[in-house]
Amino acid sequence: MSLSLSVGVAPGPGRRALMPALALLAVAAAVATLVALSTGSVALPLDRTLSHLAQAVGLPGTPLPARDAAVLTTLRLPRVLLAAAVGVTLAVAGASLQAIFRNPLADPGLVGVSSGAACAGSATMILGVSGLGLAATGLSLATLLPAMAFLGALVATLLILGLARSDGRCSATGMLLAGIAVNALGATGIGLCSYLGDDQALRQMTFWMMGGFGAAAWGQIGPALVLMAGATAALMANARRLDLYALGERDAFLLGLDPHRFATRTVLLVALGVGAAVAVSGLIGFVGLVVPHMVRLWLGPVHRRLLPAVALAGATLLILADTAARSIAAPAEVPVGLLLGAVGAPVFLWLLRSRAGRAIL
Amino acid sequence: MLHAEEVSVTAGRARLVEGLSVALRPGRMLAILGPNGAGKSTLLSLLSGERRPTLGRVRLDGRDLHALPPGRLARRRALVTQHPAAGFAFSVDEAMTLATEIVPAGAAERRRLIDESLRAAGAEGLRDRLLPQLSGGERQRVAFARALAQLAAGRRTVEVGGAPYLLLDEPTASLDPAHQHHLLGAARSWVERVGGGCAVVLHDLSLAARYCDDGLLLAGGREAWSGAMADLPVPVLERVFGTRFARLPLPDAGGWVFAATGQGVGG
Repeated sequence: MSLSLSVGVAPGPGRRALMPALALLAVAAAVATLVALSTGSVALPLDRTLSHLAQAVGLPGTPLPARDAAVLTTLRLPRVLLAAAVGVTLAVAGASLQAIFRNPLADPGLVGVSSGAACAGSATMILGVSGLGLAATGLSLATLLPAMAFLGALVATLLILGLARSDGRCSATGMLLAGIAVNALGATGIGLCSYLGDDQALRQMTFWMMGGFGAAAWGQIGPALVLMAGATAALMANARRLDLYALGERDAFLLGLDPHRFATRTVLLVALGVGAAVAVSGLIGFVGLVVPHMVRLWLGPVHRRLLPAVALAGATLLILADTAARSIAAPAEVPVGLLLGAVGAPVFLWLLRSRAGRAIL
Repeated sequence: MLHAEEVSVTAGRARLVEGLSVALRPGRMLAILGPNGAGKSTLLSLLSGERRPTLGRVRLDGRDLHALPPGRLARRRALVTQHPAAGFAFSVDEAMTLATEIVPAGAAERRRLIDESLRAAGAEGLRDRLLPQLSGGERQRVAFARALAQLAAGRRTVEVGGAPYLLLDEPTASLDPAHQHHLLGAARSWVERVGGGCAVVLHDLSLAARYCDDGLLLAGGREAWSGAMADLPVPVLERVFGTRFARLPLPDAGGWVFAATGQGVGG
């Protein structure tokens, strides 16, 4: 079974214009942000939230009462920002991985990158800073967790690249099989961690793994935000080279790209971004799969057009998903990871049946 | 000059190419001939810098090809591979644009390079099609157009005297007879207009005799014959291919056509 995918065969000759699409997505992201900021157990009316934000940046407006202002700036803003950052990171990382694997089924969650990060993250949580023998360094768990998650993501990615490649390309079968193996390894590691952990650590770890932005507080998310921003910016600057790489390793070289160096660099950046995202928000699946795929159907596969749109769409999706997770069972919170899994898994199946079914399997 | 000197390639225990020397000269077109598995594609991938020789070296204007970074190489040589990959659903226009982006240029300039190259390859009608939806022959014409666009873009920055080199691996394999002539005619006129060097792997000896100046006949990774195409000796051909050939004069245009008769060569 030799699988080579052709992705998002959009009908018709012309591509949709980029600027209106980006404008539409930007408006959607802005609306999602405002809705997310005003929704919650303390309802903040939209107009007063806007007015407060305006005066905070020096425009005319009236501040909210102190309690509401505190809810807005210490609870909601970091949470929305984190959801947006994770959405951007996972979506851009997914799109990049798909170009590197030349395969639209590549997703950080599916091929085991996230699970590698989660495994390393769990170990860090269970063992703690001192358990890892790093007490002397004075590092906090918030700093250490992204670093360890990055390492876990990196090891997983390299494993998959090594296992799935033959003749310089990653087939869909090879990649999915390698993903199953790496996911199983990750699950074993996570299982071992839960076996070793005490009740409190276990509970913390379980909720973290389900995925969510409940832990968002300015002090906790700083290091991860910086890592995600850096990795995403570097991936987005790669757009043209991703196009070359997507043409095939051979063509990429003939058109002036060093394909091996580029693939390695991209994989490292993906691992860095996904590791940081997993560290602060746990396992949030399918964003990296579904968002790039949908946007590709809409705007075509050229990454200079794709990546900005993918970033905006990823942010919007996760902001909305988090808002829904906070609202549907209020005052309880549904983990966002579970919510997205419930929506994403059927979409993945549909994708496998419709496109891949015709084009590859 | 693009020059392979005494190159050998071994893969595992197999010797793909052994002790070959070949020079591509500006303004000349070289036919690389030989039976399946004779090492023709391996030779092209050596000349493109894609593959490193196990022994010997390849030089571009005296400099070792592998010392040049891929970005510089891309301005000087293009290779049209035998099975152009489809992959992601880029449109023809998008793939062409990527090829011209090896150097900085304005949008209007790119447009012009792409238009000219598509026209030269007889592929102007395919511009808005998606790569995976093209037929084999259409894909070959687009790959050829892309190579022309790449070299045209590359020439905008090439230092004085640095001729470009166009490497074609069985570019006519999926083309109908009219398009075969069109493509090789376009390659020929590129050679004459730009002063570049071209090497083309062909199975059709008549096409090779018609469009190429020089010939290199390979057998088992070694050189069986090389020289001016006009002097291609039929007995050597028959020995290498293991079948008899008829060499017939073309009634109007002059030159020769070759036809394999299928009769075995005794002893």
